[in-house]
Amino acid sequence: MTDHSATMDRLERIRPLKVMIWTLLFLGGVVMITPIIFMASTSFKVGQEVYELSLIPQEPTLENYLFILEESKFMRWMLNSLWVATFSTASVLFFDSLVGYTLAKFEFRGRQIVFIAILSTLMIPTEMLIIPWYMMSRSFGWIDTYWGIAFPGLMTGFGTFLMRQFFMGLPDELIDAARIDGWSEFAIWWRIAMPLVVPALSALAIFHFLGNWTAFIWPLIVTNDPDIYTIPVGIASFNGEFQMDWEIVMTASCLATLPTLLVFLLLQKFIIRGIMLAGLKG
Amino acid sequence: MLDFWDRLTINQKLAVTAWLFLAVPVVFYVTIRFYPTFEAFYVSTLKWNLLGAKKAYGFKNYIKIFEDADFWLVLWNTVKYALFGVPISMVIAFFIAYWLNEISFGHDWIRAMYFIPFLTTAVAMAWVWRWFYQPMPIGHFTIMLSWIGIPQQPFLKSVEQALYAIMAPAIWAGLGFQIVIFIAGIRAIPRSYFEAAEIDGAGRWQILREITLPALKPTIIFLTVVSTIGFLRIFDQVYTMSADSAGGPLNSTKPLVLMIYEYAFDEFKLGRASALTVILFLILLVVSLVQLWLMRKKS
Repeated sequence: MTDHSATMDRLERIRPLKVMIWTLLFLGGVVMITPIIFMASTSFKVGQEVYELSLIPQEPTLENYLFILEESKFMRWMLNSLWVATFSTASVLFFDSLVGYTLAKFEFRGRQIVFIAILSTLMIPTEMLIIPWYMMSRSFGWIDTYWGIAFPGLMTGFGTFLMRQFFMGLPDELIDAARIDGWSEFAIWWRIAMPLVVPALSALAIFHFLGNWTAFIWPLIVTNDPDIYTIPVGIASFNGEFQMDWEIVMTASCLATLPTLLVFLLLQKFIIRGIMLAGLKG
Repeated sequence: MLDFWDRLTINQKLAVTAWLFLAVPVVFYVTIRFYPTFEAFYVSTLKWNLLGAKKAYGFKNYIKIFEDADFWLVLWNTVKYALFGVPISMVIAFFIAYWLNEISFGHDWIRAMYFIPFLTTAVAMAWVWRWFYQPMPIGHFTIMLSWIGIPQQPFLKSVEQALYAIMAPAIWAGLGFQIVIFIAGIRAIPRSYFEAAEIDGAGRWQILREITLPALKPTIIFLTVVSTIGFLRIFDQVYTMSADSAGGPLNSTKPLVLMIYEYAFDEFKLGRASALTVILFLILLVVSLVQLWLMRKKS
């Protein structure tokens, strides 16, 4: 009897309006991923079929992928991007949280000035610094080096602010207790405070890694040697080379998108929560 | 040295530790953020082509920029990206977030479909969009339009349409982020607000207008500023999608950042380019200050 009324309840809650909203949202979602689906499906097509609107290739082939891997430096670019983004993200996680922690949990003269100074860097657009960075890279020989691509992003005002917000929420008693136990300040930060802000750290890591993976203007300027290109710069250079071989370009675009997509699908809940976290606190 | 350390009070020790922790970051911020900022202002007062001698130029770079008709066209283009891009994307994102919040069946997967474009690389997707915009028999958009009897459109090749054709993928890619932030904002509204309104017999529409939207004001301000700044700094999509030459046809899609890039790295007019970056900086500063003012007015 109770079972029956529960089912009735659920049925009643499925109102036509809800069904309509659901359907519309679903259709909208399909529209959103259509470009990606077409990109993926074209990467498995060859010959005349490339120009057909069909979603499923009649004779799926890996030819395009083999061509890209053999004829272009795609693997090299992938590794460049991966290395630069990883290095930069590691640096940001370390320094932004160290600075954020220091600003949140230490009392010292000048703290407010340092905080405001770092916060004010958020107002400076990257574009304004690009010319001085380029001049700097030229005089120090950083053009066409990984360091040259990575150095502007090794610390960020955004990350520092975010981490400070989270460290401020930690109880002081925790830190005082560790001090009484004779822990060093560095150990207190690294072994006690850091594990407590892992959600914030992962949000920061996701944001920064993605930003680096897709970054375009600075790597475009600081690299001339195709061996040092990151993926976006490499793909943009196809412009001249494979002008109208759409299936080749689609395959390269697909390869560029695949890593972030896979990571997202694996960690969806986690990533969305991270973005909500960073968006609300930031 | 150790002797010195032992003589410090606990608070002094903490201060020394704090500055030790800050040492490397301070060097970084001074050399990679602040010094270049001042250098940008300085170079904007020079006539300099990177290789030759630097020549003091006063405000002439700025005067020349303001006298240049192309600059005003480019500025207008830049404003257009924000003026159309921000409201269109915000309205779409809000309604999707609002409805998405009401459904539970397959919620995560539908949200994922909207979010995935945010993870793509603009440069890679630019190729896909360029393909869609191609003329008949290749371009998907032209083919689909022909199904409903609309004649072939020039899209990227047209002075009137190209800017909007480039704006579309920028909106598309940013929507997922806006939706997720909106959902977070909606969920942060206390449930009791809605329950009280329902008891008072308020309708759906009334609840949306009188409770949801006012409560979302901070979220709306935050997203408006973030997306305005994003659209004012648009570059990747234009550089990779525009027809004829970057920013074409006939400069109709060229935004400020692309003009900066061309002055600095194609023509090596570093003074003129730096002056343009200062102008961009001032525009973005105004946007940020408006945000601070709006936020303060609330409290």
